[in-house]
Amino acid sequence: MLAKRIIPCLDVRNGKVVKGVNFKGIKDVGDPVECAKEYNRQGADELVFYDITASHEGRGVMLDVVRETAKQVFVPLCVGGGIATIEDFRDTLRAGADKVSINSQAVKNPKLISDAAEIFGSQCVVIGIDAKRNDKGGYSVFINGGRVDMNLDLGDWVKEIEERGAGEICLNSIDTDGTKAGFDIKMLNFVCSRVSIPVIASGGCGKLTDFSEVFEKTNSSAALAASLFHFRELTVGEVKAHLNEKNIAVRGV
Amino acid sequence: MIAVIDYGAGNLFSVKNALDYLGYENVFTNSADDLKKADKLILPGVGAFPDAMKMLAETGLIETIKEEAMKKPLLGICLGMQMLFEKGYEFGETEGLGFIGGSVKLMTPENLVIPQIGWNELIMNKECPILKDLGEKPYVYFVHSYAAECDSEDVAAYTDYGGRVTACVMKGNVYGCQFHPEKSGETGLRILRNFAEL
Repeated sequence: MLAKRIIPCLDVRNGKVVKGVNFKGIKDVGDPVECAKEYNRQGADELVFYDITASHEGRGVMLDVVRETAKQVFVPLCVGGGIATIEDFRDTLRAGADKVSINSQAVKNPKLISDAAEIFGSQCVVIGIDAKRNDKGGYSVFINGGRVDMNLDLGDWVKEIEERGAGEICLNSIDTDGTKAGFDIKMLNFVCSRVSIPVIASGGCGKLTDFSEVFEKTNSSAALAASLFHFRELTVGEVKAHLNEKNIAVRGV
Repeated sequence: MIAVIDYGAGNLFSVKNALDYLGYENVFTNSADDLKKADKLILPGVGAFPDAMKMLAETGLIETIKEEAMKKPLLGICLGMQMLFEKGYEFGETEGLGFIGGSVKLMTPENLVIPQIGWNELIMNKECPILKDLGEKPYVYFVHSYAAECDSEDVAAYTDYGGRVTACVMKGNVYGCQFHPEKSGETGLRILRNFAEL
């Protein structure tokens, strides 16, 4: 049986690991390659590097980080942040990433999804989404780190993503992100019922039972967390041991 | 020395990275001489069956691969494993390398997502030297929509994805992994080491 995946996310700026809480108040800690190796030791099923670098030089540093990590860590690597063109996809994959995640650029230029899927294969195209409950009882898609409301309906957007050949969706709830009160079960079910590609749950986890809850109550394929693992509040191993106790299939317990 | 066959298909550096990490001398090559000099061959692959067979044919290496695989171990990975079979049915019918009888077809598991993306457990079907010492419940990383249908005699391990799916095959000197050992953590590295030590 396919295991549920636990994915630590490393926010990287100019080659250093950082983490924003609710996208604000960033602290600078850690070497990304060392963090990646540590998460690998803990049993991470996949690693995400999210590049929050603004400068051109910083992007080159990010590719160096990917290259170095790919020489030492042998689980799938996904890289996101600032990817805007097919050339960016190619550079990132050539540096050793297995998957590339795009978010705002996919909304601004949906053709990038289909072009990338056609050239590199659906398996390496991950679409990140930041969404928030709206006052019409649905959900709206935001871009630029959750700052700009695109007046785009989440249901329409995930359908389009799937039709364009994306391989996976990483769904972050702006409402639960940083709250540590649990994943956004309702929003995840809203998306899982509309697409058949894998959905990665993101935003809101703060304790072990949040992980079992998301797999018991939704069809999510994976759960992603950043600060929880980064600040050592939980280890990937502890999360997996808990899931195993709850009879949820995970790797390496 | 291990020759990793370069026929221009996708990002295949991860196989080389894993061999470097394990300390096995290797070369990423499209030269027939290198294939003849090597102790072992690896045929990686990402992409679609017809394109990959066409690109492999364009290197002019197919006959060399067929001759060398009579004398030394060959490991096909993912699409490289699928190409070991007689036929592939991705975008029509394409002839494969024909080392192993059978064909590669689209998976049709009920109520499950295609492609299969993620970690799944190996279920051993027969003793296989590249799958030894993997410990209990070995999980490996799969990314695929198509799977090989062949004689159980040639299957070293299955995985369960809405039914039995061929995960690892062996016939004589020829081995194949549908999953990516180079992305399967310690278990995958052990499989590559087992192959390198054959």
